[in-house]
Amino acid sequence: MTILEARDLEFSFGSTPALRGASLEIDAGEIVAVMGPSGSGKSTLLHCLAGILVPGAGEVVHDGRRLDSLSEARRSALRREQFGFVFQFGQLVPELTAAENVALPLMLGGVRRAAALRSAAGWFDRLGLEGLGERRSGELSGGQAQRVALARALVTSPQVLFADEPTGSLDSLTGEQVMDLMVGTAREAGTTVVLVTHEPRVAAYADREVVVRDGRVTAPARLAS
Amino acid sequence: MYCRLMSVPLTLLGLLEREPSHGYDLKRDYDAFFGRGKPLPFGQVYSTLGRLARDGKVVVSEVGPGDGPDRKRYLITERGATEVGQWLIEPVEPEPHLQTVLFAKVVLALMLDRPAEEYLDTQRAAHLQRMRELTEIKRSSSLVDGLLADHGLFHLEADLRWIETTGARLDALRKAVRP
Repeated sequence: MTILEARDLEFSFGSTPALRGASLEIDAGEIVAVMGPSGSGKSTLLHCLAGILVPGAGEVVHDGRRLDSLSEARRSALRREQFGFVFQFGQLVPELTAAENVALPLMLGGVRRAAALRSAAGWFDRLGLEGLGERRSGELSGGQAQRVALARALVTSPQVLFADEPTGSLDSLTGEQVMDLMVGTAREAGTTVVLVTHEPRVAAYADREVVVRDGRVTAPARLAS
Repeated sequence: MYCRLMSVPLTLLGLLEREPSHGYDLKRDYDAFFGRGKPLPFGQVYSTLGRLARDGKVVVSEVGPGDGPDRKRYLITERGATEVGQWLIEPVEPEPHLQTVLFAKVVLALMLDRPAEEYLDTQRAAHLQRMRELTEIKRSSSLVDGLLADHGLFHLEADLRWIETTGARLDALRKAVRP
């Protein structure tokens, strides 16, 4: 069943086109890697699929409903309640502890602080972050910070996880650990993952890959078996 | 289905698809584009052309000398052209150290005005499929097996980086191989 679909998306930054008719269908529970050269439009496509950007033309359909025509407030609620996000840099709020960072999406959704922190604590155990809950982001290694960001993205049990170069700032071994955890938890929960990456080793964790080139999604090659 | 080997006969056929040629001129072009310091012996050129003629993939026309002394001029047949087309479209088996085959295919595709970008996309998909298999092995097996899978993954990744870089340079490469 298709959970997320982009239909002929167009998007420009000023006079510079980033998407020129990008189309993509993603099934529920699927892990899809979006690859492509720098500036090809792959991150813009992710932002449109996630309702962060609104395309200039085309449609984004999530779970059978048009997402691009929703108000900013409703898209924001959708992102908070049904989507999770992991980016390359600067995701944690530096003033908050790691535990508070993970609990934040729950608290923003109306869960009381104590209950949110209890839920967050469960994720610290699952992602190998035991004992780090009281640290602030400056006191965490890159890999630890990225695992905290992953916990924060997953704490609301999102339907779709959007990850934009999630290992881009990590060494290959640490990146591998983060990908193992991301893919393992997503498969366990049946979470759909849209993974933007230029790294083949990261894309190899996905069920399939698509390539964005000049603002369009190229049809993946079919291999004879 | 994957093609397995670097093929001198198919590369010569590809050069003949570009234009009919004498054996001497064919060897010169092969050495210039694909020899990379290992020139093709004349004997191998003529024995290969003989086999291709026997199999109906080229025909000989007695036109006259080219730049060299030989008088036989070779033309590719429909059968030969079909074989070149099939060879180009089949991805190379995703194993390390096969860059020379990819290189030959890309250069020939550009020379023949065939869709080199599509061939690279097909090869990327083949490589990533193999990388997915190796990643799964890593995730589900012992550290020792994982190390072996890692070796394959890093080499395939190197191939993929070459594929990406080549894909980004196709326009310039097209000009370089098509005078």
